[in-house]
Amino acid sequence: MTNSAQRELTLTPRGDLELVMTRAFKAPASLLYDMWTKPEHVQKWYPVRGTTMTVCEIDLRVGGAWRWVIARPGMEIGFAGVFRELAPPHRLQRTEVYEGMPGPGCLMTLTFDERGSETMLTIDMLFATKADRDMCLKSGMELGVKEGFAKIDVLVGG
Amino acid sequence: MVKSSKGRVDSLSLILAALADPTRRAIVEKLARGEATVNALAEPLAMSLPGVSKHLKVLQKAGLVVQGRDGQRRPCRLNPKRLEDVSKWTERFRRNWEAKFDQLDQYLTEVIAKDKHK
Repeated sequence: MTNSAQRELTLTPRGDLELVMTRAFKAPASLLYDMWTKPEHVQKWYPVRGTTMTVCEIDLRVGGAWRWVIARPGMEIGFAGVFRELAPPHRLQRTEVYEGMPGPGCLMTLTFDERGSETMLTIDMLFATKADRDMCLKSGMELGVKEGFAKIDVLVGG
Repeated sequence: MVKSSKGRVDSLSLILAALADPTRRAIVEKLARGEATVNALAEPLAMSLPGVSKHLKVLQKAGLVVQGRDGQRRPCRLNPKRLEDVSKWTERFRRNWEAKFDQLDQYLTEVIAKDKHK
């Protein structure tokens, strides 16, 4: 059976500039790598409930650009960047900028570590400054607040 | 230092900076088990009193620790409200990724099952 503790997401700030997430999946590394690099797969898991993916561009080569946009009525959330390193199926590095908060964004390194029937995904987000790192954590809150407003709009028929 | 739009020092930055240090995290963990004096905090950490006081100041500035007055004693306490703020802020970020990863997990299962039927 799967170890449920391992398959839970861990989210840890490391030092001042990094955020590290880990999550295990019951799949080979090569398939998990595809999930992040093939639009037909990304579209299936990236948009959270209530949103649709309106843009999913992936120019899969070092120096190639990517852009993912999810939307719901009245709101659009876009992320974009450039691939820095592609070493399938073990490692992928790309820059990521949240379009709602233009700036240097972060350098995202994904590591796919296959262990038996599972693959441990580690996402390391390295920011230019501590303020950028903290803003990223907070951006989740702002999106959450907007979601709350959207729900209120539905309730009052707005 | 980061300022929020209202010009206040960004409190999340202060809190994360305060908690980024292992000694300060040890202090918070100890206080989570109950209030303690600076002396009692210094002993297990094998630190000088001024050393501990310096760390306590950072925790106090972030609003995580408050120091009371009880006669001659000045016990330190955690401010649970503040810790709750931190978990609320990071919770949104975490929940968003948790939702994505749960969907990814489910989709992977479907893809693998379909592959086996081929």
